[in-house]
Amino acid sequence: MKYSIFSLARAALSGHKNWQRTWRDATPKDRYDVVIIGGGGHGLATAWFLASEFGIKNVAVLEKGWIGSGNAGRNTTIIRSNYGLPGNTGFYELSMKLWERMEQDLNYNAMVSQRGIVNLYHSDAQRDAYARRGNTMRINGIDAELLDQTALRKTMPFLNFDNARFPVQGGLLQRRAGTARHDAVVWGYAHAASELGVDIIQNCEVTGFVRDGNGKVTGVETSRGKIGAGKVGMAVAGSSSRVAAMAGLRLPIESHVLQAFVSEAIKPLIPGVMTFGAGHFYVSQSDKGGLVFGGDIDGYNSYAQRGNMPVMEDVCEGGMALIPMIGRVRLLRQWGGIMDMSMDGSPIIDKTPVDGLYLNAGWCYGGFKATPGSGFVFAHLLARDESHKEAALFRLDRFQRGAMIDEKGQGAQPNLH
Amino acid sequence: MRITCPFCGERELGEFTYLGDAKPQRPVADAGEEAVYDYVYLRDNVAGVMAENWYHGGGCRAWLKVTRNTLTHEISSVEPAAGAGAAKVGA
Repeated sequence: MKYSIFSLARAALSGHKNWQRTWRDATPKDRYDVVIIGGGGHGLATAWFLASEFGIKNVAVLEKGWIGSGNAGRNTTIIRSNYGLPGNTGFYELSMKLWERMEQDLNYNAMVSQRGIVNLYHSDAQRDAYARRGNTMRINGIDAELLDQTALRKTMPFLNFDNARFPVQGGLLQRRAGTARHDAVVWGYAHAASELGVDIIQNCEVTGFVRDGNGKVTGVETSRGKIGAGKVGMAVAGSSSRVAAMAGLRLPIESHVLQAFVSEAIKPLIPGVMTFGAGHFYVSQSDKGGLVFGGDIDGYNSYAQRGNMPVMEDVCEGGMALIPMIGRVRLLRQWGGIMDMSMDGSPIIDKTPVDGLYLNAGWCYGGFKATPGSGFVFAHLLARDESHKEAALFRLDRFQRGAMIDEKGQGAQPNLH
Repeated sequence: MRITCPFCGERELGEFTYLGDAKPQRPVADAGEEAVYDYVYLRDNVAGVMAENWYHGGGCRAWLKVTRNTLTHEISSVEPAAGAGAAKVGA
């Protein structure tokens, strides 16, 4: 199925009753060259890049539920590359560039919308810190602009500029950042990967690894039988420790719950994505009109996919401090997702000490924006057995070597990243 | 989630701060790098019942050992753990 203006017109004229399924729901074969565990954005992107860029088409993606049912469907859809540390800047910019051509690459409308992100600053010191981050981005070829209050008042007149405690002085803008439709990203990669022969296998939970006499992983045990594999890649952020434990590995990761919120739909208000610099609150507005917002993780280990009231209260207080008018808007939905919180706040894309098993994990609460970049560099690792240069610092052994990538400078306390 | 502090009674979650899994023990001073790496960075990341260190900063300021299910948030016991967290954070 190739999508175009003509296919859209044809479907419209027939009352949208003749759309075909966009990807194949496959049944498992006995063996694949590469088996990816996890049918989220990262897993499906990895499979697509393996097939399209690296010539490995005998690939399966195993998903225990339905594709996109985990964090791919639970995030707040923000894409950006405004990072400051070596390792992160290049990688997230690679990902940003892949977002910019994703829809053409996949022949799928992922509603990528580069509406910009503004990180607001509220003091002279914070302005200087953001100026420094912006300069770091620009040195690395990433767009960044420091806005003063006058510029902000034009596009965001509703901000609480004169808040006595946290006056809004300005913001750091990345114009190329924005949002994408998270479900469509999953379906787009599934669509394009499936067209190239990748088997997407749902309701297929991995229950163990098959190892040979030397300990090498040669396949996986699943709820749908044994599946042989030349290599196995894990892309199961949120559950990485549980899957890795089946191979006898302990990871530098804790699973934490992050909540997200959507308000009732209102007329266009928020021009892009914005973040409150004096608390933890970020917001954008979906194309349907709902305000999509969130804040801190709850702070305790959890696999429950739901959070608690203190963080809800804190997030809403942050929203009220920044945009007092949203107190008139009703909250529509709230949910939680499980984050792989790594020990330095940065991801891990590497071989594991177990031969044949590869790890893509530790995305903390920033995995969505990384989806295309993560898929590309993970496919590179799986295909060539060496890290892509933009992922060369995301090594599993960096904690032992003291080579952490701690963007927030918090140390080995996952709930503070 | 509400936590029943053995000193203060049942209190709302916002009064408490989470440190983490209570199982890792600080290695002895001359333990090797592997032991320190294991203690500082590696976690069981239990999916199920886990003993944890919590600090009741909004109440009696005691360290507590809370036994809690990470799949359901159900708390099965809360005990005083004097010094447990303090030793970890070097207070």
